[in-house]
Amino acid sequence: MKRFFPAPLLSVSMFFLWLLLNVSVSPGNLVLAAALGIFAPLLLAPLRPQQAHIRRPRVIIRLLCRVGTDVVMSNLQVAKGVLRAGSRQPHSVFVHIPLDLRDAHGLAALSMITTVVPGTVWSELALDRSMLLLHVFDLKDEAAFIEHFKHAYERPLMEIFE
Amino acid sequence: MNESIELPFWLELATATLLLVGSLFALIGALGLVRLKDYFKRMHPPALATTLGTWCIALASILYFSALKQGPVLHAWLIPVLLSITVPVTTLLLARAALFRKRAAGEENIPAEISSGRDAGN
Amino acid sequence: MTGLLANAILASLFIFAIAMALTLIRLFRGPSAQDRVLALDYLYILAMLMMLVLGIRYASDTYFEGALLIALFGFVGSCALAKFLLRGEVIE
Repeated sequence: MKRFFPAPLLSVSMFFLWLLLNVSVSPGNLVLAAALGIFAPLLLAPLRPQQAHIRRPRVIIRLLCRVGTDVVMSNLQVAKGVLRAGSRQPHSVFVHIPLDLRDAHGLAALSMITTVVPGTVWSELALDRSMLLLHVFDLKDEAAFIEHFKHAYERPLMEIFE
Repeated sequence: MNESIELPFWLELATATLLLVGSLFALIGALGLVRLKDYFKRMHPPALATTLGTWCIALASILYFSALKQGPVLHAWLIPVLLSITVPVTTLLLARAALFRKRAAGEENIPAEISSGRDAGN
Repeated sequence: MTGLLANAILASLFIFAIAMALTLIRLFRGPSAQDRVLALDYLYILAMLMMLVLGIRYASDTYFEGALLIALFGFVGSCALAKFLLRGEVIE
């Protein structure tokens, strides 16, 4: 089983990706999707330097909901900041955040989350992965922001990947 | 334009609202690109269009085509998924490029390098 | 399609056009190279969203493929440009 499906999650998502792309569930497309799901991970396996271990689906779903609501809220905040920029430019700063997360996949997920949420841009990561440089669009309280960041995103990612 | 198929009114209203909200967020993003004073501040507004803007437009497309074809047509959802993977990569590369160039030019208010390696980013 | 949706589509296309014009201002004004790359990056996202709206307007699936292609090529293009800036061969 492990030999034919080195990455079951990837296989499943390739399968659904093909069906979505073709907007059909005809037998021919089902066969093609299954072939893609089986052979693509096998062919690409040598390219993946290390296997990700993903646990705790409940935490993943909760994190996704959290990111979804945060995206909407910070969208409105950044929009407000832009519209008010004529009278008051937003207080943008770089923030140094000490990191506890070490897993490469977890860090990749963290960088995706911070960049997708408007208002924060992942700028630089220390070589030993202990410190993160983040640019924040409109910062009010640095300590509270770091606390929120670690609690909302880093903690769940550590639970999922480590 | 397909005139023969009549959509229910509430669906048309929902699609129209989503389209307008999505395009307004894209407009605010462009406005931010012009009005903000500093490069790093300007990195944030484009995220408005790539998140909520794209979500709204894709949702409108899904609603409209599902009603038109009398069944779920979800392929437009691939665009937000694709964007959520690709946009962080470009944003990150641009942020690192800007940091590197501003440091090299010796500008003020740019934090010092926190590591000596150049490919620590992910 | 009745008047409501058709008008909303026209309005949103118009708004996208204004957004593109604003982005072009940033593209031509600069001042630094990374500003121009950022504007170019935003321009392709706007073009892709416009393609999706056009797909609704003409009730055609083909525009979706176009939007997908724009997203992919725009990503590759912005990556290449950002990587070029990162190498530091063109310091102003």
